[in-house]
Amino acid sequence: MKYLHLVWAALFRRKARTFLTLASIMAAFLLFGLLDGIRTAFVQIGQTAQGAQRLQTSSRLSFMDTLPLALRSRIALVDGVADVTWANWFLATYQNDRNQIFAFAVAGNYLDLYPEYGVSDEARADFARTRTGILVGQDTARRFDWEVGDRVPLLSSIYPNSDGSMDWEFDVVGILSEAEGADYPLANVVILMRYDYFEEATPYVNGDVGWYISRVADLRQSDRIARDIDALSANSRHETRTMSEQAAMASQVRQLADVGLIVGSIMGAVFFTLLLLTGNTMAQAVRERTSEIGVLKTLGFTSTSVLLMVLAESVLLVVIGGVAGLGLAMVAGPAVGRASGGMITLPPVGLDSWLLGLALMVGIGIVIGLLPAWRGMRLPIVDALAGR
Amino acid sequence: MRTGSLFSGLGLGAVVVLGLAAWIVLPWPVALVLALAFAGWMLGTRSGRQAASVTRVGVSTLPQRVGASSVVVVGIAGVVAVLVALLAMAEGYRQTVASTGDERTAIVLRGGSGAEVLSVLSRETVVTIAQAPQVARNADNVPLASAELVVAASLTRRGPQAEDGSVQLRGVDPIAWEVRPRMRIIEGRALQSGRRELVVGRGARQQFAGLEPGGEIRLGPDRWRVVGVFESGDVMESEIWGDAGIVATTYRRGSSRNSLTARLTGPEAFDAFESAIRDDPRLEVEVETTADYFARQSETMTTVLRVIGIVVGSIMAIGAVFGALNTMFATVASRAREIATLRAIGFRGLPVVVAVMLETMLLAAIGGVLGGLLSWLIFNGYTASTLAGGVGQLTFQFQVTPALLWNGLKWALAIGFVGGLFPAVRAARLPVTTALRAA
Repeated sequence: MKYLHLVWAALFRRKARTFLTLASIMAAFLLFGLLDGIRTAFVQIGQTAQGAQRLQTSSRLSFMDTLPLALRSRIALVDGVADVTWANWFLATYQNDRNQIFAFAVAGNYLDLYPEYGVSDEARADFARTRTGILVGQDTARRFDWEVGDRVPLLSSIYPNSDGSMDWEFDVVGILSEAEGADYPLANVVILMRYDYFEEATPYVNGDVGWYISRVADLRQSDRIARDIDALSANSRHETRTMSEQAAMASQVRQLADVGLIVGSIMGAVFFTLLLLTGNTMAQAVRERTSEIGVLKTLGFTSTSVLLMVLAESVLLVVIGGVAGLGLAMVAGPAVGRASGGMITLPPVGLDSWLLGLALMVGIGIVIGLLPAWRGMRLPIVDALAGR
Repeated sequence: MRTGSLFSGLGLGAVVVLGLAAWIVLPWPVALVLALAFAGWMLGTRSGRQAASVTRVGVSTLPQRVGASSVVVVGIAGVVAVLVALLAMAEGYRQTVASTGDERTAIVLRGGSGAEVLSVLSRETVVTIAQAPQVARNADNVPLASAELVVAASLTRRGPQAEDGSVQLRGVDPIAWEVRPRMRIIEGRALQSGRRELVVGRGARQQFAGLEPGGEIRLGPDRWRVVGVFESGDVMESEIWGDAGIVATTYRRGSSRNSLTARLTGPEAFDAFESAIRDDPRLEVEVETTADYFARQSETMTTVLRVIGIVVGSIMAIGAVFGALNTMFATVASRAREIATLRAIGFRGLPVVVAVMLETMLLAAIGGVLGGLLSWLIFNGYTASTLAGGVGQLTFQFQVTPALLWNGLKWALAIGFVGGLFPAVRAARLPVTTALRAA
């Protein structure tokens, strides 16, 4: 480390070149930050500790099909099930078709099973008291400028109201957010309405529910419990499929696209290009300094320290550019989201991306520095001083 | 002096940015005219001929600088390959979905439902609409109106993990085949009404296990036999079709249907059809041509894919511009004496600028062609799938169209232009005496 100033000086020997190289590294890591955010978001969906503890039971026939409410008490009796709740789809739009809202009708004890929802006790009490009440995710509330106490009209995409129209009116009784420390972004956008009110109002749902959620007391017994729940309705008209919430989410997401492959190949292309560009610059930089390296060696620097100094230089270059690029990604991600009007939401650059990014920076730095560094180390002093 | 060059640099930058924006939207005939005009200048004027000869010298020495030059080529090829691949995905998706509909067929859904799966039509509604005079009839005088059920069926997806996926199951009556003349059975036979038989789309067969003709799959408690495979070249290929009555029983839909697709007597009949339906107080439905319906369905996804392609492409392009700048600055520096000699014997600044830029753009064009070729080889016809409309897996193919390749080449040339411009200006501005002394 005592040679840091030497490394630093070498790095900025040709300012223009260094800044141009830094800029292309930055561009690559900006892209890495944006894409890796998407990748990790796909990997992590449903992977909360709670997600594994909850089993989701839905119709085997189709994820849109419903299950009878009578199943509820039978699931509750399955050995190892601590608590059961249920929910139903209520997709809705607000004001026009484009304002799609993700809404569920949920049973009274739904929030008990989901500690990921941050909601005040007061709002919970109001929700329990008000039949037409809804709890609104804070992002959705902000998007439409709703406040507690507002009466909002929603147009259901599936269910008609008791008067046969698709218009529903609800009272906002509370705001939902992601509970502290819980990685559950859904909580910020979802709307929860009361299942009992929903069931009574719509003529379509005769005691049917969309899916059941059960909490298992002992995680190790999940597989057995899931099988037991499915056995309840085997060979009936309402066969079920039960899996952990985590597995259910993951299988939904995998259907969305071969995202991993596409993102992976883009990153591959980016890094190949980056490696080539930066590697070339490093090689050039060391070539230019041949005589300087000769002087260093004449002064008594060992070959190893020459090797390490050149390596340090290239790693430093990539790390500076990479950190700047990832930092930019943290700023740019939300900006892209705002610019597209919420159509594209990029997940924030998380700790995982930073760690992976830093590892990549060091790795790439070593790879591109190795060849020139090796060349510098092996150089005989006489040749070096002659600039050969 | 320094601030002066800074301002001129900034000015140059602004002009370049504006020029690039215009360039990217430029149609090819205009580009051709520009290229011809440029060629005319090169052949017809004195400075043009000078530029040509300087370029010839530069290009002839390219092989000696193959390492540095290939950096530019490969960097730009990477940008173009990624950009073209992402746009080809958007294009493939759009073509598959949008080519599904046409102006002659109309789709009727319950009012307020954005997609087929969310709509419900009662038996009376279906019968009333089918009787409209604008609906075409076949030789037996049966209206060409197909009331269909759409459900999301759970099937096992192909692949290492035997996971469940969702496929769109359409319950149809025999008339559906007449309404959609594009459907062709390519293997096995058509389904017979009243039986638990399925015909499967080519795309669906690729995605899900057990959909071979002769095979059996389970939907709910029942077993269904797959009797044939169909092809249609559009979204229908991702579906599986069964008899409407039996699908309704399995999924407990009674006599209701999700949608009604009607072949009209002609494209001009649509307006009359629409107003007839709107004026009927018994009906609370919406009607669209299938062309409009499917265009709307693909709109959001296509836009998202395109935006992603352009954002990713732009960031990569910026990276590549800096790479190209680096390389070309180095090239100019290494050829400083040569360039200075040219200027000392009377060549003016402009030919030198043009020559350096032409050289970079030649490298860029090679990179662009290479990148386009690469993504065409890898991705043209590449099958991807996504969950569409929230109901079923939609299979589509990447479409690397000539328009996209041309677009990629334009991006490559733009990168080459920027990457060459600043080094070229620097080469032309360097005082001759300083440059001649350079090592």
